[in-house]
Amino acid sequence: MTGDLLVQFLAQGAQMTFVLLIAPLAVGVVRRVKARLMRRQGPPLLQGYFDLAKLLRKESVIAESASWLFRSAPYLIFALTWVAAALVPSFASGLMFNWAADVVALVALLGAARALLALAGMDVGTSFGGIGSSREMMIATLAEPAMMLIVLTLAIAAGTTRLAGVADFFLAEPFAVRVSLALSLVALVIVALAENARIPVDNPVTHLELTMVHEAMVLEYSGRHLALIEAASHLKLVLYISLLICLFAPFGMAPASAGVTGWLIGLAAWTAKLLFGAALLGLWEVSIAKMRVFRLPDFVGIAFVFGFLAILLAFLTRGVFA
Amino acid sequence: MPELSASGAALGALAAAAVFATLVRGAALALVYPLCAVAALVLGAVDLRVLLTGTELTQQLPIGLPTIGLHLRLDSLSAFFGIVVNGGILAASVYGMGFDRAKELTRRVEPLFPLFAAAMNLVLLADDAYAFLFSWELMSLASWALVVARHTDPESRRAAHLYLVMAAIGTAALLFAFGGLAGPAGGYAFDTMRGHPPQPMVAAVVLAAALIGCGSKGGLVPLHAWLPLAHPAAPSHVSALMSGVMTKVAIYGFVRIAFDLLGPPAWWWALPPIILGALTAVLGLLYAVLDRDLKRVLAYSTIENVGVIFVALGLALAFRANGQHEAAAVAMAAALLHALNHSWFKSLLFLGAGAVLHATGRRDLDGLGGLIHRMPRTAAFFLVGALAASALPPLNGFVSEWLLFQAVIAAPALPQAALHFASPAIGAMLALAAALAAACFVRVYGTAFLGRPRSAEAAQAHDVPLAQQIAMGGLAFLCVLGGLLGSVLATALAPVLGDLVGGGLPRAGSGPTVFSLVAFDPARSVYDAPVIALFVAIASLTTLVVVHRLSARRTRRGPAWDCGFPDPSPATQYTASSFAQPLRRVYGTAVFAAQETVVMPPPGDSQPARFSVVLVDHVWRALYAAPGRAVLGLSKRLNALQFLSIRRYLVLMFAALVILLAIAAVTT
Repeated sequence: MTGDLLVQFLAQGAQMTFVLLIAPLAVGVVRRVKARLMRRQGPPLLQGYFDLAKLLRKESVIAESASWLFRSAPYLIFALTWVAAALVPSFASGLMFNWAADVVALVALLGAARALLALAGMDVGTSFGGIGSSREMMIATLAEPAMMLIVLTLAIAAGTTRLAGVADFFLAEPFAVRVSLALSLVALVIVALAENARIPVDNPVTHLELTMVHEAMVLEYSGRHLALIEAASHLKLVLYISLLICLFAPFGMAPASAGVTGWLIGLAAWTAKLLFGAALLGLWEVSIAKMRVFRLPDFVGIAFVFGFLAILLAFLTRGVFA
Repeated sequence: MPELSASGAALGALAAAAVFATLVRGAALALVYPLCAVAALVLGAVDLRVLLTGTELTQQLPIGLPTIGLHLRLDSLSAFFGIVVNGGILAASVYGMGFDRAKELTRRVEPLFPLFAAAMNLVLLADDAYAFLFSWELMSLASWALVVARHTDPESRRAAHLYLVMAAIGTAALLFAFGGLAGPAGGYAFDTMRGHPPQPMVAAVVLAAALIGCGSKGGLVPLHAWLPLAHPAAPSHVSALMSGVMTKVAIYGFVRIAFDLLGPPAWWWALPPIILGALTAVLGLLYAVLDRDLKRVLAYSTIENVGVIFVALGLALAFRANGQHEAAAVAMAAALLHALNHSWFKSLLFLGAGAVLHATGRRDLDGLGGLIHRMPRTAAFFLVGALAASALPPLNGFVSEWLLFQAVIAAPALPQAALHFASPAIGAMLALAAALAAACFVRVYGTAFLGRPRSAEAAQAHDVPLAQQIAMGGLAFLCVLGGLLGSVLATALAPVLGDLVGGGLPRAGSGPTVFSLVAFDPARSVYDAPVIALFVAIASLTTLVVVHRLSARRTRRGPAWDCGFPDPSPATQYTASSFAQPLRRVYGTAVFAAQETVVMPPPGDSQPARFSVVLVDHVWRALYAAPGRAVLGLSKRLNALQFLSIRRYLVLMFAALVILLAIAAVTT
């Protein structure tokens, strides 16, 4: 971070912009794959962009009982998610932000965005907002400890809580199947499904009232506010897929010392992996049904147990920190 | 030593304020609060100076017990906790300046407030067991009298009764602890104790006694039962002091005994505080998410935070016992910073609850709602406190939580298998506690401040006087500032860490920027709150500008959508109870044996359906109710002894004599 500060800064800015721009496409891929597997035509791949543009053009109808919190929350939620997404190393591990917050802070940033969304859900004072918020927070109390266990496991393995450090560690490490990492992978996938309100935890396309979680919270939003909430949830999906890539399949990522060529290779690899991950998510979603809300503790509980087993194994096979 | 004289003068001013307030009545009582604020400022300034310059002040006065005298000492640890204590006192005093002089001042509260403040400061200054226990008791009794200030309320009386019993047990345990520390020679000055650390077995007993004594004051499970009753029963600014500050004095007591007086630790000392602390953290929040009383929820959250601090202290003990001073410093910094941060946000939340109580006369969450429209300032400050209490960045609660997680990750380096097995469980429980805290405070804020008013009182609420807003605003500012400048606070802790664990955090400036908080090593773990906050601010402002440029900026107010069927009755909103229902199903069935019963009238019947929930508090049943019943039963039986004839009393005395003689014969 000395001479080429400007390049660093530009690379970081490029990553932020790129993450933002590709997010609706990733969601489009998920929808498209799902539709094709159901033998439907499906929306165009770029539908996500069209939707956002449409929402931005529309007027925003705000409930009479809404407060300033309701109006300002979308901007903060979007910004928090965007910064969190920028903190996950995507195509290069040595970018500017990567030192600013570690993975514990990343989890907490997402927690802040979620808390604001849940508060916004309760602001208007409707029953649906409350149902969404309370369920979202219940799921979070199950998913967040699991997430924390996973990141602690990886941090113990890599000897650092900096995500870039973890990615560098796995890049340098010869490939080997480790039980604790395999358990972490399964747990992280479950957490990612829960956090992104995907099937079987929640259904992003449903509007059947009693099964909604995420959609119930944002029910009162419209126009530009809804566009921001939607964009934030797209970003969150990209963030989690990036996180899975960064931790479990970092190959192709440019190391800290790489130049522009390395970054371009990394960018191509990351984009391909991201879209592949989105396609896998589509495949998963058509092959499983949504669960009842009170079956969720069992499902997300699996993530918790796996995360716990993983960290226990990591603790017992210590030695990295010693 | 001019500093100690200044402290002494401030303590004298507090005592004078207490005496003055017992003599006057009416509006003159209001003078107590400015006096307390000035005294707290002076005391805090002395503490800050001692902490920053690293000096140590001692004083011996020929009062108190003969042959012991009165030892006073202000070292870095006392000074740090002094800042915690006096910050809370200052905020509560400023809040008190906003009281209505005609209606809200009574001689049951105002004389005791300065006494309570002075007692807490004295505990920190005490350098011998007698002075410590004396001021500890003074603190307990002053706060007890404040709890019972509204004695007409049977709930308050019950709370005060339980508090008195628990405080007595706690002080007895501390007496025992100091007895063990003093040893057979009976050196009651802390200096003498430091010079002669007790034998391992005695040390174990002292540690257990200190855990009981300080844990009961701080609300460590299973000694917590009095806290959620007593803290909310006091007037709100006193609740803020009890929850935000007095629990910290309890932590100070434990740190003083376990890290300073008890000599070099054994590794297994770490287990009781870690295990009890983790249990406390999770259980405290499970109580909190199910409770429906605003102030009681806050008190339960205090229990959780005390648990978190004890976990950090336990980890610090473990690392220190194994000579890992760097990790011990991280854990200790987490404990101390969390004590400081908690004192800020919990005082803020209790003052906010006091404002709500003042404005609406209610503290049941299901009777509030929509206060963000009618009390905008209080609502904004309370939001800061709620988010800080949920350990969310970039506020202060997250800084200490982050340090604690760093300490947990370092635990595999400990050589003991027991700690290996315990640490991942601790990490999981801390993460669960953090997630539950977010759920708890979303629930509190969402039902009390958001939505539509659920009662006429909530609909007609008004914001509180300026002084009270200043008190809350100042604390909210500290919560933000402490979150951004956590690294500066951590640097200021260096002398305390050096004294207690013989290590320190990496120097400020070793990270990427001046304000980076670094644990262990910049290559390992960095949290840079100002950079994160800056980027979140830039990102949200950019978004605001861009969205407003791109979008049609039309905004219309309309009725809520609510899937097409909005119901005008505020009763259709989610309440605190309904918000807790998923959590109650998931956690309550296992922990509290929660049972829901729904009684539906038959079709065509117009009677309302009934819903009821039964929760069982196992801790209360097993550890409080059962012994209480046993004592009562035993005393009923022994009661017969009071009605014997003289002949029988003589027989009893003779029998006792024979038994004693027999014992003497056998033992000699």
